[in-house]
Amino acid sequence: MYDFEFVRPTSLEAAIAALAEEDAQALGGGQTLIPSLKARLAMPSVLVSLAGIAEMTGVCRDDEGRVCIGGATTHAVVAREAAAHFPALAALAGQIGDPAVRTRGTIGGSLANNDPSACYPPAALGTGAEIITNRRSIGADDFFQGMFATALDEGEIITEVRFPVAEKAAYVKFAQPASRFALVGVFAARMPDGVRVAVTGASEDGVFRWTEAEEALSREWSPEALTGLAPGSDGMIGDLHASPEYRAHLVGVVTRRAVEAAG
Amino acid sequence: MAVVSMIVNGREVSAEVEGRTLLVEVLREGLGLTGTHVGCDTSQCGACIVHVDGAPVKACAMFALEAEGHTVTTIEGIAGADGALSPVQAAFKEHHGLQCGFCTPGMVMAAEALLKENPKPTEHEVREYLEGNICRCTGYHNIVKAILAASGQAVSAPV
Repeated sequence: MYDFEFVRPTSLEAAIAALAEEDAQALGGGQTLIPSLKARLAMPSVLVSLAGIAEMTGVCRDDEGRVCIGGATTHAVVAREAAAHFPALAALAGQIGDPAVRTRGTIGGSLANNDPSACYPPAALGTGAEIITNRRSIGADDFFQGMFATALDEGEIITEVRFPVAEKAAYVKFAQPASRFALVGVFAARMPDGVRVAVTGASEDGVFRWTEAEEALSREWSPEALTGLAPGSDGMIGDLHASPEYRAHLVGVVTRRAVEAAG
Repeated sequence: MAVVSMIVNGREVSAEVEGRTLLVEVLREGLGLTGTHVGCDTSQCGACIVHVDGAPVKACAMFALEAEGHTVTTIEGIAGADGALSPVQAAFKEHHGLQCGFCTPGMVMAAEALLKENPKPTEHEVREYLEGNICRCTGYHNIVKAILAASGQAVSAPV
């Protein structure tokens, strides 16, 4: 790993100032970034840890009933503290990686990285969450822009994520057994303003909404409404773990399981 | 260089480190606590698990400077001051929960964290909690058995 200067600001303002340095990089929990640095895939001059910023951690409810999670909040804390507010979201956080990864990994880090197999992107897209940065608010539909690509600009960090609470929702992950990442994961939600189905792990474009399933579930919220339905395999990821055809098939199966789990 | 200060196994320590120095490096090379092992160094195998403020962390996936002001417990801090094994350690010994022993420090640290959070886990919960700990010798059966035994639940006698 190349060396860098490590700074741990205790306020958002100080973090933004530190990130203005040339080649500065924000560090959430480091569960993806540290292995990437070891592989010399990045060479930041300054690493700005966001872990010491109290205003960026914690789980609460806002006036509109949304569950608001600070960008530097770890998966373990979300799994524990969001359980009473939004059980499906808490359950999703409790399935990420393994217990030690959940101690360190953060929601802001996961969303900013937008790994095509990560768990948080489908939760944000599947609820129509609002992603708050130090500069603006971005709707989930505009935030995700393809594999490892987001609407975030240089020096922009996720300070908070606001999730509208679903009437019914579940996340089901078909885990790749070695990495624990989703081979296919589906967040299916009946929101007050309509059905949303978001899929991770499957597409070469990263997380996406499966609109065909959303339409079928809008007519009837039941696993049976999806009988025979699966997306096409064009544009699905093919690797040594699964072919595009297998992933497309799994999207249908896992979505039915998610609707069944949501009740 | 920078200085990191933390509490390790109840003792206040300081060490000079670089930005890129990993927590596991300062524990092993700086403080001589070589019980924490580095297996894969890619945060998958769990041999390097320690507790930071009581929660399990892969010490190869955390920078030393991130531990500034925090409390770290390594495998060396698990047994009693008189050397008496913890119930988890004793159960690993009793139920042959190790063969080569390389993964054992991480397994014990994961098990200690699990039982603190969930004192009477089911077998399924134990197996799920160990998702981030890889053992290439035992096939996991005796590790799971040892953890269930350490939680005070009945398991079959060792053979």
